[in-house]
Amino acid sequence: MVTLLPRPKPMRKLDERLGFAATGRSLLAKVFPDHWSFMMGEVALYSFVFLVLSGIYLSLFFEPSTGTVIYEGHYRPMQGQEVSAAYASAVRLSWDVRGGLLVRQAHHWAAHLFIASIVVHLCRIFLTGAFRRPRELNWTIGVTMLLLAIFNAFAGYSLPDDLLSGTGLRIFNAIALSIPLVGSWLAFLVFDGEFPGLEIIQRLYILHVLIVPAILAVLISAHLALLIRQKHTHFPGPGRRHSNVVGSRLWPAYALRSLSLLAAVFAAVLLAGGLLQINPVWVWGDFDPATITAPSVADWYILWIEGALRLFPPLEFHVFGLEVANQFWAGAVLPLLIFGGLYLWPWLDRRWSGDRETHHLTGRPRESPLRVAFASATLMFMAVLLVAGSEELLVQWTGWPVSAIRDVLRVLVFVLPVLAGLVGWWLAESLRRSDVGHTVELGRKELLAGLPRRRHAAEEGAE
Amino acid sequence: MSRPDRAPRSVVVPFLLSALAAAGFAVSYVLDLGNAALGGCLGGAFVLLALGLARWATLIDAQEPDYVEERAVGPTPTPQYDAFRQALTEQPVPRSRVLWGALGTAVAAIGGATLFPLRSMLPSMGTDPDDVLSVTPWRSGTRLVTEEGVPVRADDLEVGGMVTAFPEGLDPRHHVDTTTVLIRVPSGELRLPADRTDWVVDDVVAYSKLCTHAGCPVGLYTDTTRQLMCPCHHSIFDVTDGAQPVAGPAPHPLPQLPLGTDDEGYLVARGDFSAPVGPGWGNH
Repeated sequence: MVTLLPRPKPMRKLDERLGFAATGRSLLAKVFPDHWSFMMGEVALYSFVFLVLSGIYLSLFFEPSTGTVIYEGHYRPMQGQEVSAAYASAVRLSWDVRGGLLVRQAHHWAAHLFIASIVVHLCRIFLTGAFRRPRELNWTIGVTMLLLAIFNAFAGYSLPDDLLSGTGLRIFNAIALSIPLVGSWLAFLVFDGEFPGLEIIQRLYILHVLIVPAILAVLISAHLALLIRQKHTHFPGPGRRHSNVVGSRLWPAYALRSLSLLAAVFAAVLLAGGLLQINPVWVWGDFDPATITAPSVADWYILWIEGALRLFPPLEFHVFGLEVANQFWAGAVLPLLIFGGLYLWPWLDRRWSGDRETHHLTGRPRESPLRVAFASATLMFMAVLLVAGSEELLVQWTGWPVSAIRDVLRVLVFVLPVLAGLVGWWLAESLRRSDVGHTVELGRKELLAGLPRRRHAAEEGAE
Repeated sequence: MSRPDRAPRSVVVPFLLSALAAAGFAVSYVLDLGNAALGGCLGGAFVLLALGLARWATLIDAQEPDYVEERAVGPTPTPQYDAFRQALTEQPVPRSRVLWGALGTAVAAIGGATLFPLRSMLPSMGTDPDDVLSVTPWRSGTRLVTEEGVPVRADDLEVGGMVTAFPEGLDPRHHVDTTTVLIRVPSGELRLPADRTDWVVDDVVAYSKLCTHAGCPVGLYTDTTRQLMCPCHHSIFDVTDGAQPVAGPAPHPLPQLPLGTDDEGYLVARGDFSAPVGPGWGNH
């Protein structure tokens, strides 16, 4: 028998062509910080991966058309009904495509997890000051991804052409109309004319399945490329310096942990998709612009705008003879202010703190009571708006008239954020001035030390 | 690991169980056992996979020290940065404002010109959205019909009754702005403006069903208070008082449709609504 040369392994063959081994080795040794709070962005990343995979499957069955068809599937109450092709295919996905309901529901749950994990990730970055120089650019990429995630969730939610989604689109249309000068043209351009428009489902579909996910994929790549270039921040600790990163190597420890997280994310959305019903479009019925379900409560990531629309007083202003429609303020200006504030935060923070240094070591939240106060106030503001967005549930529980609840909420939407901001400031200041590790360990002495009067006295004493 | 050849049972067992759960998913699919079985099996497979991987990571972590990597980011040293700048601006690329300006103009013009086809997204050329929004297809003499197309007589409505009506011969789904709500209030309760007292037929009054706030259908009528409520943002309108808003964010009353009857006694419109319907818009 002829002795054959040992066959080169595939990896070796590839290296013979690309010569990647040296780079690869240093990549495998890349160090990641170990703190749990650094995993939130990964939850978002893996939710996105799941959304893409499940979305591809859904797109094989979903028909983005407002043309009418006769539904002839297993869902008896709808058999023989003339409905839009979009709605019929969404119901078919749920009742007639085996496994379709699982994928549809898991996709919806994954969208919730995607946005929620981005919000938590954003809170971590915000409270620890990780957005500061040199990471301002990555902060703005992150805020853009949150915006796109919310938009795409809304677009996806609107596709099945059911009664609830049609109502959401109706409100979206009214907000677009309200933009001064260009509103009516913009709304007609997007909706193909007066609401409901015949093309809106097709247009939202291409945005939802191609354009927005593609932009998100590019932004995720940029987010990670900047992260690899600049390396992670890390918390202060023994041996942890401005000039290094301390933690686990990518391979094997970090990769295994991260893959475990990927599996956990997939597990969570699949279990939820199998066991917890979400958005049963066949119950809402198909979209009929003349009817509406009550109560109609939107998904939480959009519900704060609904809450603001409800709380805003029935005012209308005229600026230079132009009517500025009522829904413009809560529907367009408020989201613009919130996201404008988020985009500008690194520069606002720099101005207010005077801190222009480069930071690779992040602080604990307490180190900036201002940020804690701002975060507490903003989150409380959003929380009150979420309550306002679901006030019919309060009406059911309390039995109070909706107008009484609304009057209370109109006061609380201003009072509670201020209170939350002050309490946040106080707790952060108390923690900062004491040695305790956690908020729950704060005692009377530490809390008193955090009060402004005492602080001034102490500072004067020190001078 | 100290004995790398030996597979830790706490990792291997979850992996094998995960494979079993995945097989369960396949079986559930073939036997059509339903959504809970499918989600439970596949979700369970991922739970077990996550557990195995997490356990494996923990075993590795226990043996690994904290690794330290130096961070070498920061501004490029000035000489190298200057060299980069120089390479970028080196001749033969002239630093002519005219040249670069001309290139910029061309690129901007191409970009701007390619925006024009976006106008094709509008339904038809030459229609001003403001004109379209200002009017509805209601004409004098158009019969009011139900969603099924049945003409309505005032007698068809009991006192306190409500019917959603559309113009005869038009597809209501494509002419949302025509959506009208007919309500019969007890005799003598209507307090309409003087010029609208003859807009009703036998105490049946017609308003646009689109909320003047965000355009949702004002679908909830409470007969005891004679109020219409929008379930979206809870604006409330007083039906007896020309549908004036009494609570919530809606800034305007619901526009009213002038009603009359034709020879056969069916309700007809006697013109368009008293104002543009639905939400206010930018250059209203």
